Amino acid sequence: MPLLWIVVIVLIIGSVGFVLGRKRAIASAGGNARILHSLPNYYGSNVAILAIVPALLVLCIWLVVQPSVIENTVTGMITDTAASDAGARSLIMSDVRRVADGIEAAIANGALSSGDARDLDSDATDIRALLGQVGVALGSDVSPNVLEAAQRYRTLSATGNTAMTAIVLVLAVLGFAYGYMRTNKEFRARNAVEAAILSILMLASTIAILTTLGIVMSMLFETRNFFQLYPWTEFFFGLEWRPSFEGGSDLGLIPLLWGTLYISIIALLVSVPVGLFAAIYMAEYASKRVRSIAKPLLEVLAGIPTIVYGLFALITVGPMLRDYFAEPLGLGTSSSSVMTAGIVMGIMLIPFVSSLSDDIINSVPQSLRDGSYGLGATQSETVKQVILPAALPGIVGAVLLAASRAIGETMIVVLGAGAGAALSLNPFEAMTTVTVKIVGQLTGDTDFSSPEALVAFALGLTLFVLTLGLNILALYIVRKYREQYE
Amino acid sequence: MSDATAHATPTPKRSLYTEDERTRRRNKAETRFRAYGIAAVSVGLLALVMLLISILGNGLSSFRQTYVTFPVTLAAERLDPAGNRDPAEMARVTTFGYLPILAQSYIDHVENLGIDHDIGPRDMAAMLSEEAPAQLRSMVLANPDLVGQTLTMEMLVGGRIDGFFKGRVTMESAALDRNVSPEQLLLAQALVDQGAMETRFNWSFITSPDASDQRPEAAGLGIAIIGSFYMMLVVLALALPIGVAASIYLEEFAPKNRLTDLIEVNISNLAAVPSIVFGILGLAIFINFAGLPQSAPIVGGLVLTLMTLPTIIIATRASLRAVPPSIREAALGVGASKMQSVFHHVLPLAAPGILTGTIIGLAQALGETAPLLLIGMVAFVREFPAAPPEGFFDPASALPVQVYNWTQRSDPAFVERASGAIIVLLVFLIFMNAVAVLLRRRFERRW
Repeated sequence: MPLLWIVVIVLIIGSVGFVLGRKRAIASAGGNARILHSLPNYYGSNVAILAIVPALLVLCIWLVVQPSVIENTVTGMITDTAASDAGARSLIMSDVRRVADGIEAAIANGALSSGDARDLDSDATDIRALLGQVGVALGSDVSPNVLEAAQRYRTLSATGNTAMTAIVLVLAVLGFAYGYMRTNKEFRARNAVEAAILSILMLASTIAILTTLGIVMSMLFETRNFFQLYPWTEFFFGLEWRPSFEGGSDLGLIPLLWGTLYISIIALLVSVPVGLFAAIYMAEYASKRVRSIAKPLLEVLAGIPTIVYGLFALITVGPMLRDYFAEPLGLGTSSSSVMTAGIVMGIMLIPFVSSLSDDIINSVPQSLRDGSYGLGATQSETVKQVILPAALPGIVGAVLLAASRAIGETMIVVLGAGAGAALSLNPFEAMTTVTVKIVGQLTGDTDFSSPEALVAFALGLTLFVLTLGLNILALYIVRKYREQYE
Repeated sequence: MSDATAHATPTPKRSLYTEDERTRRRNKAETRFRAYGIAAVSVGLLALVMLLISILGNGLSSFRQTYVTFPVTLAAERLDPAGNRDPAEMARVTTFGYLPILAQSYIDHVENLGIDHDIGPRDMAAMLSEEAPAQLRSMVLANPDLVGQTLTMEMLVGGRIDGFFKGRVTMESAALDRNVSPEQLLLAQALVDQGAMETRFNWSFITSPDASDQRPEAAGLGIAIIGSFYMMLVVLALALPIGVAASIYLEEFAPKNRLTDLIEVNISNLAAVPSIVFGILGLAIFINFAGLPQSAPIVGGLVLTLMTLPTIIIATRASLRAVPPSIREAALGVGASKMQSVFHHVLPLAAPGILTGTIIGLAQALGETAPLLLIGMVAFVREFPAAPPEGFFDPASALPVQVYNWTQRSDPAFVERASGAIIVLLVFLIFMNAVAVLLRRRFERRW
């Protein structure tokens, strides 16, 4: 039975439960809803929740668990014969899955009766041609081993699906029956419903933890695989980045890290002075009218997607820098360069720095300013000697947050910085970053057993740790050194 | 304060209006400082203006496209050799079978107009888009009765000729270009003068699917817009309820303990995790582990949901916090349970703020590119995805990814397309943000 139908049936059982539960509650009170413990709708909701929630929960868990269980059983059939290493095994497994899907499609198509499908013999019939007819292309002929595994895969998934349908529907009916039985005028339906809603709310709030856990686990797991194939010392201290899909690649982190840091430093050199001065001007000097126009306009920069900045770097800034600076100065002929990506990223970060600093400057109490003016300081002296020192921890925090943004930024460097890893000081040379290489190694068809693909997970983990560290440091500085004003 | 006066050195008497050296220096420093501020703001605004000019200047022309109109004779013996108008039989005639028909009709038409030229038939055919025969074929297959008739058709012109009318290709560049010759451009100009060729608004840029590397003139955003729309539906359906539920729990019910502290720290950290890391998560969990299909809007939607959740949670909590406690107390006072006070009174009052936050979160998600690259949305997709819910599992593209995709192609005409796609993206973003601002202005309550 298709998934959608199962869900629809469960929901129908739930809504029937709502109506009947409500009726039963009113009936048990003899038609006088006032002597019920809770409002009638709560009795209905109670039945509906008991019918729907456990059933759908089991359905979700089943959907997640079943494929991996089947996979494990079927992989167990292959390992002893054909493939020893993980890569070849996963290739064979995908073949098995394709054959199994193809046979299903052929049955649905009428090209094969289900009886024939069971008795398929790889020597007698040309299965590859047969599956080709229904649009499943296979790379090679089907070996008896694969066919056997595919048949087992089919039977297992068929049994699994039937069992799932049965169990989910039975659970829904049981929940319905239990809730219905419990419904009488003494039953504290509101408390039960509210407890259920509270646990749903609680469950929703744990998604954040689950996401973090998912990020860390998925990257740790694949990074471990990577370090089994490639020595970690060479990854962390290698000075060469030269991946080749034939093997024997150099996957050193240092040149990527250098590119990332170089671009981030240039971005910060652009964004911090501009952002900070803009914030000071907006907070201390600008008239209300200027502020009401300029501030939202600057913040538009923050709302523009990074791909737009990337294109801007690619078609405008890059060629401009090359034609007016790099080539006349003899520094390079590449339009994608550290400078291009750094400047454009700096523009992107201006509103980030300026709005954070603006908030911080505004939170410095007016009494400090007034005191300074009272002593005869000019406005700029007040800013430099009173406000900035008071706001410094916050501003340092903002700069660190901007740095973490710059390190994690992807699209601008993908389009603006280039793809060749280099360890050089020339800002007009193309360099590459950690994020560019994550995209490069994982885009397209990748074989997840080669170090060239798995390195992306190690890079991702490095990036995650780096940005997380900067964020925590920023929070720490802000908390530790913040001036407390009344 | 007698001490202070006693120790003060007597200063020579002079008018306050005469500026001494030190005051002048300080005033100059003041002016300079102020100028730095103005310069910083101007740099920011200038960058914004340059960005917009660059995108608009490159992209606006993608909304116009050059078409040539001429009568096409659909010869029955070529298109339907069996002669029974059976679409299954006619489908055997490939696009290459349609090309000579189209080319011949075009050459005849130019001759009828009396335009002199010395372009060979091969180069004449090359003036039409490679997409044109394919369009003709699908039209004929959809309506086999057209065979044998002569129809006046409007056909796409090749990308270089189109570029000539948009200023991208000039006579000089054409002389160096192997794909187009100055003679072809002259003929195109003559056709425009005769009214047979025109550059007009290009709906197909918004509706048609992507096209291959050689056919920039036919490439459109249809699938990308649908893909983005599906992803936004997924994000809205998942992130809004989960985000609101999580915020209600954290803001109204959560006890102060280790677990809730951990959740709070987690949420603020997730908001700062680089987006590409979410892409890795999607690839590892949703595709490799859960086995969901690559390039599918459902996977993109799930990844963007996880990315948008912190934004929505932060906005929702802020607007829940903004509802004054007196509302809750009043509800509790007339006998509502805690849950009833939240769902019946606090939540409706916080709804405008929540909606605003959600729309802004959606706008962020709509422009996000990097995570989508990792889950295979870069694939070349020509087939429109089906209607939901099956369509969520069909391969599709997304607006920002389509932009990236086009920047990776060699033909410069794709730069125009990419900028055009960005204009479409920005229009959507401006619309969403405007709705958010309007909602805030209209419904926001100050307590």
